[in-house]
Amino acid sequence: MKIFWTLLRRELAAFFLSLMGYVIIAAVTLIIGASFAMLIRNLGSAPFLMPVTELFFNSFLFWIIVILAAPIITMRLFAQEKASGTYETLMTTSVGDTAVVAAKFIAALIFYLIMWLPTLACLFIVAHFTNQRSALDAGTLGGMYLGIFLSGCLFLSIGCLASSLTRNQVVAAMISLALGIILFIAAFLAQSVITAGSAQLHLLNFFSLFKQIDDFTRGVVDTRTVIFYTSLTLFFLFLTLRVVESRRWK
Amino acid sequence: MIEVTNLTKRYAGHTAVSGISFSVARGEIVGLLGPNGAGKSTTMRILSCFMPATSGTARVAGYDVFHESREVRRRIGFMPENNPLYPEMRVREYLKFRARLKGLGWKNSRRRVGTVMEQCGLTEVSHRIIGQLSKGYRQRVGLADALVHEPDLIILDEPTIGLDPHQIRSVRQLIKSLAEKHTVLISTHILPEAEMMCSRMLIMYGGKILAADTPDNLQRLMAGSSQIFAEIAASPEELREALGQLPGVEQCEVSAGEGAFQRCALTPRDGFDLRSVIFTLARERGWTLRELTRSRHSLEDIYVQVTRPDEEEEI
Repeated sequence: MKIFWTLLRRELAAFFLSLMGYVIIAAVTLIIGASFAMLIRNLGSAPFLMPVTELFFNSFLFWIIVILAAPIITMRLFAQEKASGTYETLMTTSVGDTAVVAAKFIAALIFYLIMWLPTLACLFIVAHFTNQRSALDAGTLGGMYLGIFLSGCLFLSIGCLASSLTRNQVVAAMISLALGIILFIAAFLAQSVITAGSAQLHLLNFFSLFKQIDDFTRGVVDTRTVIFYTSLTLFFLFLTLRVVESRRWK
Repeated sequence: MIEVTNLTKRYAGHTAVSGISFSVARGEIVGLLGPNGAGKSTTMRILSCFMPATSGTARVAGYDVFHESREVRRRIGFMPENNPLYPEMRVREYLKFRARLKGLGWKNSRRRVGTVMEQCGLTEVSHRIIGQLSKGYRQRVGLADALVHEPDLIILDEPTIGLDPHQIRSVRQLIKSLAEKHTVLISTHILPEAEMMCSRMLIMYGGKILAADTPDNLQRLMAGSSQIFAEIAASPEELREALGQLPGVEQCEVSAGEGAFQRCALTPRDGFDLRSVIFTLARERGWTLRELTRSRHSLEDIYVQVTRPDEEEEI
């Protein structure tokens, strides 16, 4: 456990010791800001019945952030260590494979959450300039951040897997981007196909990411969705662990 | 400390290490000597549990590198080829991170980091960023990292590559000073370096160990084929006659050299050192002797020498 904290600290520090971390945060802040400005303009022209949080996630910008930021955050994790050879020095100490994977994933997750912090400023502005107490409701806000957290877990775990597969960061980013887009397309399909009784369609329904996030932003937390996200995340992390271990397979 | 039996590593398409066996006793400094692609790094990676062997076993301090890898990893300090480090970290920070990673407690790691930094001469750069250090310092950081948890066995893959002569000397001295407490396995392709540092050498070529002995014994083994060169001012006929009659001369060639000098190349019998005999001869006859050398064997000669029987068999 002690070793895990040491690793986590170093992984997290690595994000902030390179320019990459700041570039990602700046880009995301820009997108969030633009998205928020658009939202405010729309709100000014006509009244909406939806909660503010839902409006925010209805914009495609949220998905752009998740789908693009996750590969960029995670591409470094394993690929860079493999390319520079530090993977060898890391894996020949007595640290366990599980600790390495967990530390890398959690560091990426913490960075991802830090990246979303500017949304708090948006919330503050909304709370400050609307006199309605109902504008921001604890339930919808909690749902929104849970949605951010869960979708982040999923896409970051995909990124971890992609990074563990190669020693080239660009390839890692491409793989996780491709996997992310596949999920995205599945979500589109799930939305456009009318879910009749057949088993395949039922399965596809699980991948309706948009609807699920929509639910979250409305403050509806469906346990099936939570389980779906966490189990997929764990599945991809498990695969990552296997890839890391595979080095030792005969 | 190390027992390797029939170790083989096959990659898709080629065999990097084929059926090597050797053992290293506690407190020895053993050099793994061979050209690039001889299987040195592969052997070291297997010993440091980075990857498994295809077949055969390797034990470090009595633990199997495959089945009890964590016990092994706790007892080794490994510095891979090209000495990879995190360039964005500072020296002390990096060493502290590594010490903690290797399971040292907070207080203990602080103490050890201080000790190894002093030992490796890093104290004055402790707050510098690793990426901005010179290659010599970076190499020392790698060494300090290998030492920080006081491992029983230190494995260093090409520790002096790419350093300038001054840095090489200091790194060598450092490695030599480790012998008191640790067992050291180093790889190199520079023969004099191995001669200087190691108590025993293993010569690898094409994934096999061709010779394993002390540097002195290997030299003696090689001396059999060494040649003596002499430049003497005398008539060629006289030289040929006189040198041919010397005891211990197997073959003698005389060719015209610069001015009155003749170049003589002599092959001694059974590694016999002819140099003093030639000097005495020149003095007796009143010849002018201006050069007298014994050809030193480069590593390449040794490879050629030890690989020759195999090649002949194949033909």
